[in-house]
Amino acid sequence: MTLHEFFYMGGKGFYVWGAYGMALLVFVVEVALVRNRRTQALKQVRLLRDAEGEE
Amino acid sequence: MAINWFKYSAPSTFYALAGKLAPWFAGLSAILFMIGLYMGLVAAPTDVQQGEAYRIIYIHVPTSILSMFIYLLMAGYAALGLIFNTRLSAMMAGALAPTGALFSLIALWTGAFWGRPEWGTYWVWDARLTSELILFFLYLGFIALHASIDDPRRADRAAALLAIVGSVNVPIIYFSVYWWNTLHQIPTFQVSGAKIDPTMEHALLVMMFACWFYAIAMTFWRVRSIILERERNTQWVRELPEARS
Repeated sequence: MTLHEFFYMGGKGFYVWGAYGMALLVFVVEVALVRNRRTQALKQVRLLRDAEGEE
Repeated sequence: MAINWFKYSAPSTFYALAGKLAPWFAGLSAILFMIGLYMGLVAAPTDVQQGEAYRIIYIHVPTSILSMFIYLLMAGYAALGLIFNTRLSAMMAGALAPTGALFSLIALWTGAFWGRPEWGTYWVWDARLTSELILFFLYLGFIALHASIDDPRRADRAAALLAIVGSVNVPIIYFSVYWWNTLHQIPTFQVSGAKIDPTMEHALLVMMFACWFYAIAMTFWRVRSIILERERNTQWVRELPEARS
């Protein structure tokens, strides 16, 4: 399979890459959301610690 | 030897375990995705009837199967939470929901993009497609219901009921292609009796594990955040190294 054939996918490239592209987008977004959730959660914990004046 | 079955039902213990395991599942998933995508998009032969569009199968089938499996797992944790009153079970259900929802979204989208070249339409209201769409709504409903109730334990219980009741939808999705006259075909290789090409079969298997391990990693990472959120007033959370600024 040449590189051209790989992208062209027998004329169905739009559908194949439209499908896989969406999946990739979802995975990237999910990873970003999960990381952000952790950041926010740790921020909340630190706020609580600082509010209580702990070391 | 007495096994402490409930050792890892303590959020603090499970937090550490999930943190240790998640990177392994993530790394394995990444490797399996690279192998599986090469096998499916390059190595596997072209389909006699469908040409190249069939290659969507390698992302559509694993995510569809997982969208159902994750839902049953979520409902299972929800039931455990109701029965044993364990907070962590409800947290796991909450951690599984977004991943499951996103998998069902991918299943619907990739299915639509396969349907257009194969059937001539992105969508049809047949039994399988409709019940998978309902599954997606059930996931969203679970997340929204839990978020809408202030008291976390009451939220857990209400959402758990929704999850458990909604699980009747999963066998409907699975058997829909047998029970009704659907556009979505029944498993192809049961009809023809033909054997699937080995490269195709192995590519499907590799992609299945790639998606599964990805889901595990995401769920473990997400439940760690949920634990931090809900246990933020405990001493062990306050004393975590990552909590020190």
